[in-house]
Amino acid sequence: MSKSERPNPLFRNLNAKVASIPMILTAMVVFVGGTLWTVLYSFTNSKLLPRLNFVGLDQYYRLWATPRWLISIENLLIYGAISLVFSLVIGFLLAALLDQKIRFEDTFRTIFLYPFALSFIVTGLVWQWLLNPDFGIQHVVRDLGWTSFSFDPLYNSSIVIYGISIAALWQGTGLIMCLMLAGLRGIDEDIWKAARVDGIPMWKTYLFIVIPMMRPVFITTLVIIASGIVKVYDLVVAQTSGGPGIASEVPAKYVYDYMFFAQNLGQGFAASTMMLLSVAIVIVPWAYLEFGRRK
Amino acid sequence: MTAANGTSVSIQDLSLNFGAISVLQTLNLDVAEGEFIVLLGPSGCGKSTLLNCIAGLLDISEGRIFIKGKNVTWEEPKDRGIGMVFQSYALYPQMTVEKNLSFGLRVAGIPKDDIAKRIARAAEILQIEPLLQRKPAALSGGQRQRVAIGRALVRDVDVFLFDEPLSNLDAKLRAELRVEIKLLHRNLQNTMIYVTHDQIEAMTLADRIAVMKGGVIQQLDAPQTIYNRPVNRFVAGFLGSPAMNFIDGELQAGAGPMFKTDGVAVPLDRYAFDGTDRPTGACVLGIRPEHIAFGEAARSMPFAADGAVEIVEPMGSDTLVWTKLGGHNLSFRVEAERTLHNGDPIRIGFDPARASLFDAATGNRI
Amino acid sequence: MNMANTTAQTSTAAGARQDIIDPCGPKPRRMISRRNIFLYGTLFVMAAYYLLPLYVMVVTSLKGMPEIRLGNIFSPPLEITFEPWVKAWSTACTGLNCDGLSRGFWNSVRITVPSVLLSIAIASVNGYALANWRFKGADTFFIILIVGAFIPYQVMIYPIVIILREIGLYGSLSGLVIVHSIFGMPILTLLFRNYFSSMPEELFRAARVDGAGFWGIFLRIMLPMSLPIFVVAIILQVTGIWNDFLFGVVYTRPDTYPMTVQLNNIVNSVQGVKEYNVNMAATILTGLVPLIVYFISGKLFVRGIAAGAVKG
Repeated sequence: MSKSERPNPLFRNLNAKVASIPMILTAMVVFVGGTLWTVLYSFTNSKLLPRLNFVGLDQYYRLWATPRWLISIENLLIYGAISLVFSLVIGFLLAALLDQKIRFEDTFRTIFLYPFALSFIVTGLVWQWLLNPDFGIQHVVRDLGWTSFSFDPLYNSSIVIYGISIAALWQGTGLIMCLMLAGLRGIDEDIWKAARVDGIPMWKTYLFIVIPMMRPVFITTLVIIASGIVKVYDLVVAQTSGGPGIASEVPAKYVYDYMFFAQNLGQGFAASTMMLLSVAIVIVPWAYLEFGRRK
Repeated sequence: MTAANGTSVSIQDLSLNFGAISVLQTLNLDVAEGEFIVLLGPSGCGKSTLLNCIAGLLDISEGRIFIKGKNVTWEEPKDRGIGMVFQSYALYPQMTVEKNLSFGLRVAGIPKDDIAKRIARAAEILQIEPLLQRKPAALSGGQRQRVAIGRALVRDVDVFLFDEPLSNLDAKLRAELRVEIKLLHRNLQNTMIYVTHDQIEAMTLADRIAVMKGGVIQQLDAPQTIYNRPVNRFVAGFLGSPAMNFIDGELQAGAGPMFKTDGVAVPLDRYAFDGTDRPTGACVLGIRPEHIAFGEAARSMPFAADGAVEIVEPMGSDTLVWTKLGGHNLSFRVEAERTLHNGDPIRIGFDPARASLFDAATGNRI
Repeated sequence: MNMANTTAQTSTAAGARQDIIDPCGPKPRRMISRRNIFLYGTLFVMAAYYLLPLYVMVVTSLKGMPEIRLGNIFSPPLEITFEPWVKAWSTACTGLNCDGLSRGFWNSVRITVPSVLLSIAIASVNGYALANWRFKGADTFFIILIVGAFIPYQVMIYPIVIILREIGLYGSLSGLVIVHSIFGMPILTLLFRNYFSSMPEELFRAARVDGAGFWGIFLRIMLPMSLPIFVVAIILQVTGIWNDFLFGVVYTRPDTYPMTVQLNNIVNSVQGVKEYNVNMAATILTGLVPLIVYFISGKLFVRGIAAGAVKG
C-alpha cells in the first residue's frame, strides 16, 4: 500500500500547529465564543447569575428606556465628535509644524507624546486636580482679580463631558501627531520640490496635494481614534466617577456597573452588545474598503 | 550685471556645505542659450545637488547663479524661469493629468484661455491628449514621465532641468524616451540641464557633458572629446563600456618617448602629449577595447604584440576577448563572427595616438 | 580642459564696482522672521500646555497641605517637603489597608513581568509560525484574532470571568496574567508576523536545507536576529499592562489590586480629608514606570505605539 506512506496531512507542520494552539484557543474560545455567549445571554433575563431564560428583546427595550443609558450614548457622541475633530486637527497641525525642519524637533516631539505613556487613571487624576474649582485654574484666575471667572467643567453637569475631553485630548493627540508625522515624512520629497517650482504656496500644497495623498494615514488614524472612543472608561472613572449625578456616564461604565454592581447581567450584556454593534458600524465599512479593494 | 552674451545659465564660484561637509566646491559653469548640458557622475558626486541649487530648491553657501543674465541667487524657484522634471515624476496623484499641468498656472493667476492654450500645445507636443482626464495612477511609467515633462513645458520657460528623469523606467522605455527628449530639444531649442548616471544617456543627448566627482566638475567637453581625450583616469574609467584597459608602467623620455612595462615597449612618437614638457616616471596607459586591432589589422599598427586568448565573452553584437600584455589583463573587441578558443595564439596592436597616458600619482592626463 | 580653468573669465571685475545689491551666497534669513515667530510661538505654547500638568503634579506633591490651601497651584513650593511621597508610598489608606501604594506597586510588578514574558513568548512563536510555517486555516484564525482586537472588551469580560472561575484563577494574579496575555495577543502576533515576514525567505530556506526544524530555526536563527522587535514588544506591553485599569478592577480582589486601581481608590475615596499633595505624589509614582520606559526608549517607543496604536 503505497498510499499509507503518504503522511497524514493533519500531522504536516505539526510543530507549527502545536505552537498556534494559544492563538486558536484565544480566537475561537474567547473572541468568537465569548462574543457569541454575551450576545446570546443578552436575550435572557439573567440577574445575579447567567441563566438561559429567554425574554426576547426585553433587555434592549429596557436599555433604551433607561435615562442613564441615553445620557451615556449622548456623552459618547459628544466626546467622540470632540476627540475625532480636535485630535485630527491638532495632531495634524503639530505634525506639520514639526515637519518644518525646526530646531529641537526631538524635544518637542518628546513633550507632545509623553502624556500618551501615562494611563488614563493618571491623566484623569491630574486634570481633576487642575480643574478643581477651589484650587485649580478657576481659583488661580479669580485670585488674579477676575472674581466672576467660572471654569469648573467637572462640577457642572451641562459641560462635564467637555472637561473630560480636554484630558483625553491632552493624553491622545501626541499619538495622532506621530502617525501624521510619519505620514508626512512618507510623502515623496520630489512632490514638495515640484510644488515649489510650480510656485504653489505652502498652505495650498498641504491642502490640495499633501492631505489628499495622506488619505490612507487619515483612514487608519480615524479607525484608531474611533475604536478608542468606544472604549472610554478609565478616564471617566478617575475624573468624575460618572458624576455629577449621572452627567458624565459612558456606555463602557454602564456595562461594568450593571454586570458587577447592579447584579443585572442581562442589562450589561445588552449594553455591551450595543457597543459591539457600534464598533461594527465603524469597522465593517473600513475593512470592506481596505481589504475588499485589495482583492 | 550679466554674464557673457548668449549665456543662458551661469554658475559662478558656487559652493555648498552641509555643516562641515563640503558637497560642491567653488564650481563654475556656463551654459549657452539652447545648449543641452548633461551632468554625469556616480551617485554622491553632487550632480543632483547642483541641479537643485540651480532650481533654487537648495540654499547655496557661496557664489552666484545667473539665469538669462539675471542674478537669481536669492530668487524663489518659481521666479527663476525654470521647469523641472523629477526622477519619481512627482505628479500630484489626486489630480487628473490636466489638473497636474494647470495647477501651478492657476495659482499664478494666468487667464483661463491662456492656460487652455498652453495645455493643448504641451499635450500635442508630448502626444498625451488622450490622457488628459486620467489620474497618474492610471498611467504607465513612460506616460507619467511625459506628463511630468508637460508640467515643465506649460510653464513656458527658457531652462529645463531634468533630474534623472529616466532612471525609474525599464531599458526599452528608457531608450524610447531618450529619443523623444532629444527630439523635444531639437524642436524647442530650449536650454536643458540634465542629470544622469547613465553614460549612454549622456553621450547620446548632450551637446556638452560635465563629468562630476566629489563635488567638482572633472571635465566639461563635447561627448566625443570626453570619450577620446579624458582629462584624468577617473573620467577615462567612468565612460565607456566595456571599460578602458589600464596598464601600469614607466614613461621614458628622450627623442623617442616610450611607455615600458614588463618587457613591452610602446613607442609614443605619435601620441599627442598634453603639455610641452615630457614628464618621466610611473604612469598608466589607457586604451579602449575597440581601439585595439587584432590579427592581420594589427600588423599595420605602430605597436603590435603576440599573446594568447584567455577568456572569450560573446556579447551578441561583438565579442570581448581577454588576453595578457606584459602581465596585465587586456580586453579587446572582435566581430561576433570570429570564433576564438581559449589558448589560441593571437596578435594584437594599436595606434598610440588613440591611447591616453595618465600620471600614476595624480591620475591626470599627460 | 579642466573646468575650473576654462570659465574663470567671469565678471569679478564687474562685481567689484556694483552699485545695487548683488545677491551672492546664501539667501539672508532673519532668525526673527514672521514665519519663525509663528512657528516657534505656537510650538512653545503647545509645549507649555503639554508640560503644565506634569509641572503642577510635581509642584503640588512637594508642598504641605497648608500651603496648598492658601496658595496657587502653579506657584513653586515655598518649603519643599517629601512627606507626601513617603505617605503615598507607605501609609496612604484604601479601605481597610493602610500600607500605601507600595502594595499596588508590587502587585503591578508581579502582574506585569510574567504577563510581558508570557504574552511575548506566545506571540513571537505564533507570529513565526504564521510567517514561515503556514498551514491550512492558519490565516483564518489570524484574521479572527485581528478582528477580535476591535471588539470592545466589555463584550468578552463576563465569559472570561466564568472561564477563570471554572479553572479556579478568578481574583488571583495568575488569572490577570492570562487575561493580559490573551488581549495582548492580536497586536503582538501581528507585530511579530510582519517582522518575520520581512526577513529574507532564503535564510529560512537555507536553514531548512541544513536540516534545522521548527524550533531550531526559531531559536537559533530568528531569535538572534529579532532583538529590535522584542524591545518594541516589551515597551508596548510594559506600558500597556502597567497602565491597565479595567482588567485589574474586574479580575482582582482588593489585596491583589494593581497600582492604577489602588491609586484611583486612594484619590477618589470619599472618606477622610483630601490630601492633595499625597494624591499627586501617588499619581506621579504610578506614572513613573511608563514615563521612565518612555524617556529611555525614545524612538523605539514611537515605533511601538505606531504598531500598537490599534489597541486603542
